Amino acid sequence: MASEQTTQEYILHHLTNATMCMTDDGLQTNYGKGLEEASAACQEAGFWVWNIDTLAWSILLGVLFLWLFRRVAKTATTGVPGKTQAFVEMVVEFVNDNVRDSFHGKNNLIAPLGLTIFVWVFLMNLMDLVPVDLLPWAAGQIGAAATGVDPHHVYMKVVPTTDLNLPLALGLGVFVLILFYSIKVKGFAGFAKELTMQPFNHWSMIPVNFILESVTLLARPFSLALRLFGNLYAGELIFILIATLGLWQLPLHFPWAVFHILVIVLQAFIFMMLTIVYLSLAHEDH
Amino acid sequence: MNINATLIGQLIAFIVFVWFCMKYVWPPLLNAIEERQKKIADGLEASDRAEKDLELAQEKATEQLKEAKAQAAEIIEQAKKRANQLVDEETQKGQAEREKIIASGYAEIEAERNRAKEELRKQVAALAVIGAERILQREIDAQAHNDIVEKLVAEL
Repeated sequence: MASEQTTQEYILHHLTNATMCMTDDGLQTNYGKGLEEASAACQEAGFWVWNIDTLAWSILLGVLFLWLFRRVAKTATTGVPGKTQAFVEMVVEFVNDNVRDSFHGKNNLIAPLGLTIFVWVFLMNLMDLVPVDLLPWAAGQIGAAATGVDPHHVYMKVVPTTDLNLPLALGLGVFVLILFYSIKVKGFAGFAKELTMQPFNHWSMIPVNFILESVTLLARPFSLALRLFGNLYAGELIFILIATLGLWQLPLHFPWAVFHILVIVLQAFIFMMLTIVYLSLAHEDH
Repeated sequence: MNINATLIGQLIAFIVFVWFCMKYVWPPLLNAIEERQKKIADGLEASDRAEKDLELAQEKATEQLKEAKAQAAEIIEQAKKRANQLVDEETQKGQAEREKIIASGYAEIEAERNRAKEELRKQVAALAVIGAERILQREIDAQAHNDIVEKLVAEL
């Protein structure tokens, strides 16, 4: 009982998350609902809507990352490493080198934080290279077979970084760390001074300084989040648009995917690098 | 594209992941890497040292060899010298011995000859006396003619 989709519906279907929320009528999802119905399903829940596909995929990938690295860490030998260990150590060393180059304080959090961000974001970005229809289609088929709903009414976005919630959560997490370490290293007064006495060191310029510095500070988590989200969302959207071209998608998918390999690694790297740099700035006492 | 509760869920997931990574993943991995780096550095240093030792030993061996060769040459030289000396000495000794033997031989011969001469003279004198006696028979007065006989004997 699959319905035919127009191009617009196809695109909208691919851009809709699987959502879940508690309403007065009990637990609601957009599972098995048409597009309009689906977007209305959790309207009244407001903020308290959960994108279960984003959560599931991101946690799955995060656990995959930690499981792999933990397994290697447990059996890590100081002698000749096996292939998996060599690979894991290569990643660890890459992150460690970057941290050592940019961060000069002593902090046991920065390097593991960088590693987590780099590998986790990379894995989530990597989902973008899975053929754009494959997993949503499989989910649709399973949904249709199991509960008899229209496969086009099963929603699933497989790239968690194309859901603004995730990059923003990462950005805010980093932002909290920036504030925490700024205050911890410079003291509250030092941090306040940094916000108000720069770049013009005169009492009459305090409001101007404060506005400038606050914007700089507040822009950090959002620039982090939006850079990652924008790149991946745009990439995903282009995959979807290419997929609507019928036969023409065949020669186009490949070059875009190749180009995208660069984007997904680069975005993961940039996110990690900027996190390290921001935290390094937070540790610097003027 | 709504910001919703997912944000909170992701934030919690993020914190848990970072915590886990910091606690259970990063330290053992970095420890392994650093320990291996240390091991490799130690190994390189040891090999450097061994190489230096080897070089030193080789140098020493060469020196000793050279010394031994010099000593051997000296010994040979000495032996040669000694041999020459011995040969010279023996030659000289032999020469002297020979001369001595020859000289003694000559002396013996001379003595023998003198003796024989004397013997012969005596016998000739006796013979001459006998001959003269026979020729002259009675006429000879041994006393009177003794001087003639003496003269004869001296002439022989």
